[in-house]
Amino acid sequence: MEIFEIVTYFVLLALLSTAIRVVTTSNVIHAAISLVFTLALTAILFLMLSTEFVALVLVLVYIGAVIVLFLFGIMITRAPLGKNAELDNDKNKKLGAAIAGSIFLLFSYILINGFDGDVTITSGSSTELLGEILLSRFVFPFELVSFVLLAALIGGITLARKDEALIDEDQV
Amino acid sequence: MIVQPVLVVAAALFSLGIYGILVRRNAVMVLLSIELILNSVNINFIMFDTMLADTLMQGQIFTIFIITIAAAEVGIGLAIVLMLFRNRQTANINEFDLMKW
Amino acid sequence: MVKTNINLFAEGEVVYTDGGVLAEFAWVLVVLPFIAALIITFAGKSLPLKGAEIALGTIGIIFIYSLALMYLHVTEGVANEFFINVGNIGQFDIEFGWVVDGLSIMMYFVVGLVALLVFIYATNYMEGEIRYTFFFTSLTLFAGSMLVLVSSPTLIQILIGWELVGVCSYLLIGHYWEVKDNSSAAMKAFITNKIADVGLMIGIIILVLNTGTMRISEILYQATHDYPAIKNVAFAAGVLLFIGAMGKSAQFPLHVWLPDAMAGPTPVSALMHAATMVTAGVYLLARMFPFYQGIANEALDIVMLFGVVTLLTAGLIAIVQDDLKKVLAYSTVSQLGYMVAAIGSGAYTAALFHLWTHAFFKALLFLGAGSVIHAVHSNSMLEMGGLRKVMPKTFSTFIIGTVALAGLPPFAGFFSKDEILASFNHEGETTFFFIAVLGAFITAFYMTRAVCLTFLGEYRGHGHPHESDSMMTTPLVVLAVFAAASGWVNIPGVYTGFTKWVTTRKNPIIEYHPESFDLFALGLGLTAGLLGIGLGYYLYQLQGSAETGDDKIKIEPIWKVLENKYYIDDFYFKFIIDPIKLNMAKAVDAFNTNVIDRFVNGFGQLASFMGAIVYNNIDQNGIDKVLNMSSTGTDSFGGKIKLLQTGRTQQYLMLFLGGVVTISLLILFII
Repeated sequence: MEIFEIVTYFVLLALLSTAIRVVTTSNVIHAAISLVFTLALTAILFLMLSTEFVALVLVLVYIGAVIVLFLFGIMITRAPLGKNAELDNDKNKKLGAAIAGSIFLLFSYILINGFDGDVTITSGSSTELLGEILLSRFVFPFELVSFVLLAALIGGITLARKDEALIDEDQV
Repeated sequence: MIVQPVLVVAAALFSLGIYGILVRRNAVMVLLSIELILNSVNINFIMFDTMLADTLMQGQIFTIFIITIAAAEVGIGLAIVLMLFRNRQTANINEFDLMKW
Repeated sequence: MVKTNINLFAEGEVVYTDGGVLAEFAWVLVVLPFIAALIITFAGKSLPLKGAEIALGTIGIIFIYSLALMYLHVTEGVANEFFINVGNIGQFDIEFGWVVDGLSIMMYFVVGLVALLVFIYATNYMEGEIRYTFFFTSLTLFAGSMLVLVSSPTLIQILIGWELVGVCSYLLIGHYWEVKDNSSAAMKAFITNKIADVGLMIGIIILVLNTGTMRISEILYQATHDYPAIKNVAFAAGVLLFIGAMGKSAQFPLHVWLPDAMAGPTPVSALMHAATMVTAGVYLLARMFPFYQGIANEALDIVMLFGVVTLLTAGLIAIVQDDLKKVLAYSTVSQLGYMVAAIGSGAYTAALFHLWTHAFFKALLFLGAGSVIHAVHSNSMLEMGGLRKVMPKTFSTFIIGTVALAGLPPFAGFFSKDEILASFNHEGETTFFFIAVLGAFITAFYMTRAVCLTFLGEYRGHGHPHESDSMMTTPLVVLAVFAAASGWVNIPGVYTGFTKWVTTRKNPIIEYHPESFDLFALGLGLTAGLLGIGLGYYLYQLQGSAETGDDKIKIEPIWKVLENKYYIDDFYFKFIIDPIKLNMAKAVDAFNTNVIDRFVNGFGQLASFMGAIVYNNIDQNGIDKVLNMSSTGTDSFGGKIKLLQTGRTQQYLMLFLGGVVTISLLILFII
């Protein structure tokens, strides 16, 4: 076993354990922090696969922005910080575990049967090429996605904003 | 790098996300689980991209798009949760049963 | 789908072309008014002119198109027909289409021009009247229906156009239906026409069954080429078609609806009497002329007899009418008599020529009358008089119309009436010839009377009449030009373009064309006209006041007959309508009570007895129980499965994913 392989297995195991922690912990803040670790480990995995641009995007967008949003969401909805036994719906636990487990088995079966082999990682940056492709062949979806972001921005503001009528009522 | 373990871990992440969606009570936690699912898909895309050595790098490009869409989704999702919380004073989705018979 | 007919009729002498693009798109003429009517119906009221602009625009396009066709026809000669197959019943193809030949183009032009002027006139005349928008919808439809009729290459389309014209006339005559008389007049027109339509319909059925085709051109081809099947039924079909024409073209004794149709607004009367509706009968006879001429000659004699009777009787009634519009109405009937009689004598061109000139000067007279009525607010000539000074434009144009109708040269009526008289003379119909001359005298006389009572002398009405707007007088001037000049297109020995126009058809027309003026007919006709005018002027102008004019020539018994319109209406009431209303209704009532009701009652009792048995045994215990059980079953089952609808998203998602997993497993391992 090469050292690279050992590191890979280690990263995968860490990824799995932090992901399990995201969905099982009874502390909301812990769940969010675990997600940070999951995403960071994913970014490391991406780096190991020599897709450094995607890894950096993941770090910047997810860990830098999305998780912060989540923390805001947790605090605004006044979720009880610290341990909370009420966080899970116990009635659903067994059935949910069964369904998730069967989906896992199903996917694993298909993936293991379908794909096999070893990937040789080419060293060197592919970011320049990626940028060219993204802004030439995929420029239309690229612009479209920016439009989706704009729509989401406006939608988010509209939804989260307090109703003007209600504000007026409060003032009266 | 060996392909299969990475794919199996991605599948595991996906199922864990589904478990979270089904079991969690808090709406923010459900959104968190959805992120987990999206992440597993990202891993798959990157893995296949590397594996197939695609000259167009479609796997990476799709991952970038997914990340963008996920950011938008989180923004909208949290805004909706906020709205629900403001109207019902709770973020527990098992208390929202307006669609009941 | 559109296919051009194979040229079966190439042996005609007349040279013609297929008309090119202009002919190919002539369907626009027919379709446009219906689209316009739809638009006016749905959007008319919100438009600035309340829908009149759409009607005007449409009819303007139609007029320009017909003008283009007319130009093409005059320069090159066009005869073509187009068919669209829309289905078939048994062996009969149901085809619609459009004809572009001399006869049709002449009609397109007349309808387009007269309708355009009437529409312009009506925008002003009808201003502020109730149902203004609806009026224009109906008027557009009316013109459109007439175009359907005159453009039709098949008998089925003729029938459709024929009935559409009838319906639209009903709507327009009864425009002021709040007054009972008006709605009765509309009803009368519709029912009288309907009676005649039965004849037309049977005639068409006979023709179609015996020729196996609905195409007019092919029927005419068979008629002129010794096909035995059509020959056997020629007389019956000819007479039946003529009965149809009698209704629309108001021939004695079915003319009764037309004078009553004056209940409609004056623009309608003008349109109806000049271009649309009443010309339909003459058009039908002209369209089928080769058939009549070829194998239904006996029917032509009947046509001529009725025509001559009509021209005389209607003319006589016109003398005693006090209502200005009714004078014109009876005059129309009389002139239609001339046209029909001309067709009957075999003078195809003469009849159409008279239709052509009559359309213009009769439209002019009606619009002029409308202008007068608009000014004095009365139809009665007894309340008019002296309008010459206050309405100079109306007066001068009316005079041109009168002179054209009376048949003085060089106005239009002179040439057309002379050609009819000449053809009577040529055919050797001496009696009919002299009756027609007498008719010309009567025409001149009653028109002079109308002019004297309306425009000369002193004003006898109330209020202060004034000249109408330019929107109303402009159409009058245009029509006056046509009333004066439209006869010059067919002067024997000088220019006979009109003859060439209307005989350019796929089915050749064989008829007599005078090489020069028939001086005998010309002299007699002209003398009759001058005498009529002179006598009228002498009686109503020179001999004291207008009212006493009637007394001078009054012969009590004859006058009484004329004022009562030969008692035809009374005859219809006494022997047809009342017997049906009173006796037959009574008999039917008795039959109804004693036979049908008893039978029905017995049947009802039996049914109720049977019903009771069925109800108790089968219905209550059998069917109802099953139904009840099924409904309660559904109810309780629904009550149970509705518990699945908890409203909890997670539960739904769980069920959904469970299903996905199950189906995936099924696909992977079992199937």
